[in-house]
Amino acid sequence: MNAETVERAPRRYGMVIDLDRCSGCGACMVACSAENNVPPAHPQATERTGITLLRVVQVKDAASRGVAFIPMMCQQCGDDTPCMTVCPQQAVEVDKLTGVVEQMPQRCLGCRYCMTACPFQARFFNWWDPEWPAGMETTLNPGAAPRMRGVVEKCDFCQSRMHAAEDKAAMEGSREFEYTPACVEACPTRAIVFGDLNDPESDVSRQARNSFRFLERLGTGPKVYYRSRRPWLRTLASRVGAPPKKENGNG
Amino acid sequence: MELTQPHSHNPASEIARQKRAEVVGGGHSFGSMTDKIAAIVLTSKTPIGWFAGFGLAFTLMALGLGSIGALLFLGTGVWGVNVPVGWGFAIINFVWWIGIGHAGTLISAILLLLRQQWRMSISRFAEAMTLFAVACALLFPILHTGRPWLAAYWLLPYPNTMALMPQFRSPLLWDVFAVSTYGTVSLLFWYVGLIPDFGNLRDKAKGFARYIYGFLSLGWRGSAIHWHRYETASLLLAGLATPLVLSVHTVVSFDFSVSVIPGWHATIFPPYFVAGAIYSGFAMVLTIAIPLRKFYGLEDFITMRHLQNMAKVMLATGLIVAYGYAMEAFYGWYSANQYERYMIWNRMTGPYWWAYAALIFCNGLMPQTLWFKKLRSNVSFLFFMSIIVNIGMWLERFVIVVTSLHRDFLPSSWGMYVPTVFDWALFVGTIGLFSTLLFLFIRFLPMIAIFEMRTILPATKEPSPEGTAVQS
Repeated sequence: MNAETVERAPRRYGMVIDLDRCSGCGACMVACSAENNVPPAHPQATERTGITLLRVVQVKDAASRGVAFIPMMCQQCGDDTPCMTVCPQQAVEVDKLTGVVEQMPQRCLGCRYCMTACPFQARFFNWWDPEWPAGMETTLNPGAAPRMRGVVEKCDFCQSRMHAAEDKAAMEGSREFEYTPACVEACPTRAIVFGDLNDPESDVSRQARNSFRFLERLGTGPKVYYRSRRPWLRTLASRVGAPPKKENGNG
Repeated sequence: MELTQPHSHNPASEIARQKRAEVVGGGHSFGSMTDKIAAIVLTSKTPIGWFAGFGLAFTLMALGLGSIGALLFLGTGVWGVNVPVGWGFAIINFVWWIGIGHAGTLISAILLLLRQQWRMSISRFAEAMTLFAVACALLFPILHTGRPWLAAYWLLPYPNTMALMPQFRSPLLWDVFAVSTYGTVSLLFWYVGLIPDFGNLRDKAKGFARYIYGFLSLGWRGSAIHWHRYETASLLLAGLATPLVLSVHTVVSFDFSVSVIPGWHATIFPPYFVAGAIYSGFAMVLTIAIPLRKFYGLEDFITMRHLQNMAKVMLATGLIVAYGYAMEAFYGWYSANQYERYMIWNRMTGPYWWAYAALIFCNGLMPQTLWFKKLRSNVSFLFFMSIIVNIGMWLERFVIVVTSLHRDFLPSSWGMYVPTVFDWALFVGTIGLFSTLLFLFIRFLPMIAIFEMRTILPATKEPSPEGTAVQS
């Protein structure tokens, strides 16, 4: 698709996550796995070789005795996306019409260069053949293709939902559509807001103005924003923490 | 030709004779030297030690093949790689083997251009070692991918109308160009160098081997025009190979340095990697040369001067590598970047401190012993040092790959890397493959360039007692 064939203005999808609202219930993780046909963990999988496109991370602050939960997923870097430039297969592309960093498993060799280049470690690898317990295949989401062994995957703001919404709008003769990613829909505290950052009137744009991003100084321009009133949480985003007592933390 | 004075009355000639004597000893004539080297190949009695060594190497290779089978059938999950440490043994071993593959071309190309005569007896097997090391190295990036059956041809830069693959900004693709060019030029260089010796073996061999060496010698008859073309081809290939010695590891270092990960994102990487590669390459040449000369009684051809010179190259490149370590630590502090600072601190005091400490011991402290001539002249010590350097350089790649990835930016994604039995089996398997190829090479091809060695025999340039100069 090139710019001439597109009638609507390019969007820049982004998210704002209110950390003060997140209760760490993990509903977003479950919804994400179900929506994206993530297979159950392989019997030999460790806590570091599972596939969790969205992880809820627990953080603590000793001084204020504060606890918070941070949903982490692909931060959808917008500028000099580190994973995109290193991919030898052009399996990673930033969609010019939505700003979403897309992952195309069909092209992926599985060299895992994108995984090592990602400063957020938000990319996951299919270490084994995906297998579902008997009968569970029938519950798979027909909109999201399961990934084969040996390829990388990550959060793509539920492209399956976007395509479904786009198709529905097209059937009705329109090019305008709205959609909501699974995690946003599943969050019981409405901690996640999703929308077009290019639209100054959108909720996501307004909330993004008073928020912060992780690893902002790396200059990769993430489109996932976080909000909190707690000062320690706001400064956490650019701080190296003390090594966790137990390796692997709570990821 | 003008007759020269007998050498005993000419001081310059006397010095030249002494210098040559150091790179070839034992008072060999053309015939005795040719026979001695060719006999290793042409003998019908293969030493029992060869069978023992080959058997061991082949067993190790089979172990590696088993590991590859498990990898292909079960998936990358059999390895120890995980989410923060997405690159593990495969990349460590790839860089290690490629580094080892540097010495051959350096010895045969750069030292040829610099007219270093001491290169002659070690250049042939150093080149062979380069080729085998590159073959081992090439296994890793392909097996490392999740879908090796596609990687083998998807990475080739064939023209495609979709303009999709390959993506030229990726350093991984630069690797494909760098390593394949290096491999090709090294193979050509090695083969061209072998042609005159194939002719030699063809003339000496009996039976079926005669036809094989005859085929391989490509019709070599040793005429003046053949020698002329041989010299031209050697020089051209040396000219081509010289920049490649520097470019290969420079490009390999880009895999790391273009990334944003602390510990990888460093401009010092290219020279630091190239020096490290030459360092480990010479160490591996010593590791092979010392037992070889002992086993086959080649002390006259691989003399103490060769061993000492290689030790000096190791000392020089070892110092550059040590400087690299010092600079990494200095810039970790001087950058005032908290991630860089934490990276170097974590390397020194984190869970992998033992690897960093062992690395500094092997590559920083131990090479300093090579300042002493007494130790440089001790063959057993040199062999021990070469093993230490090989271990040190492997640890360097381990430290760079693992300690940079396992704790990068966000503590929530930190983790540990523990290689599995399949990782080890594949690594050991490539050592087996390397040794197997080397054993076959020693048995079937002349490991020392016979015709080149003739040019440095005293008889070549010294006048005969009757006063007639002998031409090479």
